[in-house]
Amino acid sequence: MHIDPLEKKWVLISLGMVSLFISIIMVDALLHGVNAPSNVETIDSRKIHLSEEFAEDNLGVHIEENGDITVRMVAGRYAFFPKQIVLPAETKVTFRWVSMDVLHGVHMPMTNMSTMIVPGYVAQVESSFPRPGEYPILCNEYCGLGHDHMWSKAFVIDKEEWDASIAEQNTTSDTTADEESNNE
Amino acid sequence: MNDTSAKNLALSHMWVAFAAFIVACFMGEFQVLERSGLFESLTSISVYFASVSTHGVLMAFVLTTFFIMGFGYYTASNSLNVPIWNPKLAWTGFGIALTGVVMAAVPLLSGLASVLYTFYPPVQAHVAFYIGATLLVIGSWVWCVIMIVMFYQWKKDNPGKTVPLAMFATTANALLWLWTSAGVATEVLFQLIPLALGLMDTVDPGLARTLFAWTLHPIVYFWLIPAYTAFYVFVPKQAGSYLFSEEAARMAFIVLVVFALPIGFHHLYMDPEQAKGWKLLHGVGTFIVALPTLVTGFTVIASLEIAGRLRGGKGLFGWIGSLPWSNPMTLAVILSLVMLIFGGFGGIVNASYAMNAMIHNTAWVPGHFHLIFAGTTVIMYFAIAYYLWPILSKKPLASNSLALVQLWTWFIGMSIMTTPWHVLGLLGQPRRISSVQYNNLLTMSWEPYEILMILGGLILLISACLFFYILVKTQFGATTEIFAGEVEYAEPLHEVKDLPEYLNDFKLWNKVIAVLMLISFGVPILQFFFMDTYGSSAWGY
Repeated sequence: MHIDPLEKKWVLISLGMVSLFISIIMVDALLHGVNAPSNVETIDSRKIHLSEEFAEDNLGVHIEENGDITVRMVAGRYAFFPKQIVLPAETKVTFRWVSMDVLHGVHMPMTNMSTMIVPGYVAQVESSFPRPGEYPILCNEYCGLGHDHMWSKAFVIDKEEWDASIAEQNTTSDTTADEESNNE
Repeated sequence: MNDTSAKNLALSHMWVAFAAFIVACFMGEFQVLERSGLFESLTSISVYFASVSTHGVLMAFVLTTFFIMGFGYYTASNSLNVPIWNPKLAWTGFGIALTGVVMAAVPLLSGLASVLYTFYPPVQAHVAFYIGATLLVIGSWVWCVIMIVMFYQWKKDNPGKTVPLAMFATTANALLWLWTSAGVATEVLFQLIPLALGLMDTVDPGLARTLFAWTLHPIVYFWLIPAYTAFYVFVPKQAGSYLFSEEAARMAFIVLVVFALPIGFHHLYMDPEQAKGWKLLHGVGTFIVALPTLVTGFTVIASLEIAGRLRGGKGLFGWIGSLPWSNPMTLAVILSLVMLIFGGFGGIVNASYAMNAMIHNTAWVPGHFHLIFAGTTVIMYFAIAYYLWPILSKKPLASNSLALVQLWTWFIGMSIMTTPWHVLGLLGQPRRISSVQYNNLLTMSWEPYEILMILGGLILLISACLFFYILVKTQFGATTEIFAGEVEYAEPLHEVKDLPEYLNDFKLWNKVIAVLMLISFGVPILQFFFMDTYGSSAWGY
């Protein structure tokens, strides 16, 4: 069997390139936690409206007790619900997506917020948005003839603005509750 | 040897392939026009998605499968110098596959199967679509069996001899396809058809996607192997040279077949139903399968360099200019390699695990696979057709210069169409939308690229029509001239001696594939039977 020395050299160079790419990915994944969205977590898509976590009044942006931000969204033909959300810039946000019908995919252009939403599974992905602005939330998997129209919006605001509005909410929450009961 | 039977099989299969191709090209141009939103009268969401589904099925399943079968039949008979084993069975396979295509075409064209060629349950098509697709695959399995029988019969009759490279590659592809199609066949037979017939109430889309991913990567190598076969067995001879290394070619085919299979999860990087460890494992395999392509690039370019120098080319790059650019096969391989370099670069981005999030399901993805499949691969299908048509029909090629124009226009059209597609993907445009409905400033940056794509598509359509015309004119044109040429296979630069059996047989590699598949798909498939999963009921569209 004859293999030319030049060919052997090229195979070594090729192996070197491939190893370099694999090493970069491995270092990012294993040491820096840069991973694809991969929590294998099941949910009954036909009963999402009856589930505690994804019940209608529990959707959207939530500040957990430890201060973390979780966004719970339901994808259904043809929108992501709730249709508009407001998020702080420069803050870690955990998205939890479920589908109530067919396969969907979601991404926010110019960010790494991207995941498939497979019915029967909860798709969880973490992201943060360095720049404030209006970000469309787009369906990127064909889900039916209304697919073109499937999109929602996220408004990312300055972190200071966000903190101020949270502080305001906390101080006025008692009065708001009073006002609401007065209105009834 | 009387090889009429092989020639008829080859011509019949390839005509089905190219008929599907030309129909699908018209649909492609319609889609870029519709998608741009510039032509009010063309706007129809239901026609668009029926068209996209049909375009995908015709290009990815019909063009490829029929071309590969036709090319395989002729290669087997010609390179081994034996008649086709059991031609009746071969024609039966042809009949089954063609019936399947017609059966799937009816619901596709009437808008009852607008589920795209990737199926994606729980969205559900008419059951005839799934049964038709199944028949196409069953027809192709007949071809696989015939290729494998011919390979082993020849080995039995010629003990100790080296199987010709062309047949080695063809058999490798038959074997690859049997392994590859098992995933989607399982999905269709045990999930989609029972659901469409109402025998099952629900389907688990997570399992369906995992099974489809089994098929989705190696299928592209099934399409690509005829192109690589031409790279190795036709190109060096046509350029006036020798194959730089036949041993390297055989190794490339083996690594391609073995590592194309256990790596399908790079299509599921963004999916929730598989864990990250499995995705990383498949990601590593995805990079390994780049190796045979890097080796192929080297061997083919080295063979071309020898050709250029034999023709008097001097200096570091001077040999490129002295290549026979007016030979269709040589021109095609040069253009094919250029598109492979750019397409391969995009492929590395897609393969890069978490980086995939930036381009997943955006316009970048169809940009990538049009460049690498419709570009790199299909341009070699053209070159093979130009090479074989005079031999199969015994008439000279209608026009060499028109063939050159056709190859150039295909390359130019594909470059003009896929470059904006890649850019649109980076600008966040989703693939698979029929129009832009988002009320957002971002979408304004998309418009100029849509117009460029119409131009690219138009050039491609003209080029495709030219290709079809040249084949028709060659075979049915009024000429009394008889073409007496035969297929000439490239000779290796160094004679192949003492070839180890593992480079002349597949028994060992079958076992290696079985082990790798068990490792990479065993637990990921079994998990669906151990987890509490919830099925989804079927949805229309």
